[in-house]
Amino acid sequence: MANETIRCECGHENKEGTVLCEACGKPIEKNQHIDGNDQQNVLEMRYEGGARRSQTYKRTFVDKIWAFFSSVKVGVWLIVMTLIFSALGTIYPQEQFKNSPLPSSVFYEEEYGLTGKIFYQLGFHNMYDSWWYIILVALIGVSIIISSIDRYVPLRRALKNQKTKKNEVFVKRQRVVSFDNELSENDLNTLKTNLKKQRYKVHEENGHIFAEKNRFSRWGPYVNHIGLIIILIASIFRMFEVMHIDDYVWVREGEVQAIPGTGQEYFVENNEFIYEVYDPETEERFTRALEDVENPVPKNFQTNATIYRATNDPVLGEKPELERVTEGEIRLNQPVIFDGYSLYQSGTQVESEYNSISMELQVNDESLGGFTFDTDEAPSEFNLEESDTTITIDNWYPELEFTDEGPSSFSKYPRNPGIIFTVSSPDLDEDERFFYLQEEVIPLADNNQANVSVSDVDRRSASGLTVKKDNTLPLFGLGAGIFMIGVLQGLYWYHRRIWIHPKDGSYHIGVHTNKNWYGMNQELDKIRKGTNVKPFVDQQEMK
Amino acid sequence: MNKKKKRLIFRSVVLTLLVGTLVFVLIVNANSERPDLEKGVEAPNFKLDRLDKSGETIELKELRGQGVMVNFWATYCEPCKKEMPYMDQLYQDYKDQGIEIVAVSVDRNESVINNFYNSLDLSFPSTIDRQETVMDVYEVTNLPASFFINPDGTIERIVRGPVTLESLEGYFQEILPEKS
Repeated sequence: MANETIRCECGHENKEGTVLCEACGKPIEKNQHIDGNDQQNVLEMRYEGGARRSQTYKRTFVDKIWAFFSSVKVGVWLIVMTLIFSALGTIYPQEQFKNSPLPSSVFYEEEYGLTGKIFYQLGFHNMYDSWWYIILVALIGVSIIISSIDRYVPLRRALKNQKTKKNEVFVKRQRVVSFDNELSENDLNTLKTNLKKQRYKVHEENGHIFAEKNRFSRWGPYVNHIGLIIILIASIFRMFEVMHIDDYVWVREGEVQAIPGTGQEYFVENNEFIYEVYDPETEERFTRALEDVENPVPKNFQTNATIYRATNDPVLGEKPELERVTEGEIRLNQPVIFDGYSLYQSGTQVESEYNSISMELQVNDESLGGFTFDTDEAPSEFNLEESDTTITIDNWYPELEFTDEGPSSFSKYPRNPGIIFTVSSPDLDEDERFFYLQEEVIPLADNNQANVSVSDVDRRSASGLTVKKDNTLPLFGLGAGIFMIGVLQGLYWYHRRIWIHPKDGSYHIGVHTNKNWYGMNQELDKIRKGTNVKPFVDQQEMK
Repeated sequence: MNKKKKRLIFRSVVLTLLVGTLVFVLIVNANSERPDLEKGVEAPNFKLDRLDKSGETIELKELRGQGVMVNFWATYCEPCKKEMPYMDQLYQDYKDQGIEIVAVSVDRNESVINNFYNSLDLSFPSTIDRQETVMDVYEVTNLPASFFINPDGTIERIVRGPVTLESLEGYFQEILPEKS
């Protein structure tokens, strides 16, 4: 229809699609089906009977999209779907936390079987960064924004345009009513006083009385949505490294590692890793409790770390020039904080690697001397001057494993070192080969003369540190704060209105509250007190 | 302008802004993942210390104009050690035709690398990735891994796993600089 407005009998021009006249509240006849008012006596007061645009114009493509996102039903579906997917993504660890050298295509199936394979094939192993998950969350945002615009605008219009004098039909079809009251001048004055006492704003026009309070409660949901949108914006900011970093790095004792996420600007050195357990001997108050546990109870995981900053911009692979930034002891929940970054203690491989292995050589109970194999820096040859003995390292397997092709190493970390070495000495008839394995030295020849034993091993720990930086937290806080204000505003205050409508010498009274009808009835008893107003009737309960 | 037209414009603007934001977010998200190393992508530059010539470094960028094979290996990796002699054998023939080999060891212990290198009498540059950063950027998880880089600096081929003498020669042909 081309005409833009509908003229009510009170003279107000309403937008097309209006259900109840904005000014006098009279139902606009041909639109009653929209809110289902043609089916029931009590009027549907949703959005004040204003014209929800999306429900009215569905002509162009844009209008159809608009109508789709404006729908609460669609919004709820989007939220439910996001909830379900978010939950599914937590069944198995996400790819970045799988903590395994295996590629994802193998890892999930091997570790979790068929369900793991499905998890991987559906792409759930990388869910929260996946394009479809982002789209899902974004659609919720779109839904929130469009449905808010689509409801706020007409609601505001309707509440702004309402008149003190309402149509009789509107008043009589409210949920809580009191009809045909014989009220004296005194009664009316008492009513007004009582209303004001209950903090109503009382308006009068030609004997019609309209009392209203707490209209701002109606804006609660929209304030709440603004909060949500700020939270969504904050989560977009999280995608940028400038704003947010959450990463992980392993640092071995004595090692300097680039801190991930800092673009190789910051480096961390693990000076010492400290692992302490509760001691039943020295801490008597725990003695009794510790009797019941088999394994030692950890007391402290601590990394003594030094933080460095690169003073130059090295090419990939080049050793940067470092300057010390800070030093600190990182304990559980006690991070080292520097330049907006925090390093948290969050993983350990206690004494999992060999730092060095010392061995002694003997021939016929006579010592040829000893040497220390430093796993990271050992030379390929050791000379024992006292006996003119040379030890040549033939093979070095940091993490020994036996494969079809013979001995091999699983990684470069000396977790299970294997050393094959040759000893040549004037005291020996010929060179002899040995195999160091699991703190034992095995001769590789049958008739060896020399005897090699392990005299000492030095182990080291690896410390897992979480790198965090989050500049989005204040924005999340702001969003959450606004969200809470919206919730409070909408939940703890009620928008209440009372219309007193004179008709042929008596008065009809209609009452509306947006929630808490029980409280409304109690308030009405106080308002009615000392007047001739008949008890109010809930027309909905009567049915 | 009538109201209907205004409304259409308003809705279109709001929707465009929202869709625009979504597209922006998706693009940022897609880019935040490391660019996949694949054929046609420029090989990330690196600079590593040479172990075979002490005090010297080698930088990938400076090898432009030559076909480069970057080989990640370790002394504890048996298949890696097996392919080294093939590489050396072909290096003798192809060096003059403009092929360079950079062997990047991910070992922690340098002397073990030198030991092996010298025992085979290898002649191509030997380097060590001390900060483990090159390996990281080249997404090397399993050894050996070889990257064949065109004279213009783009990746021609990535081989994850061992190479044979025949296949290696074929790969060298692919990255051979044109004779000027």
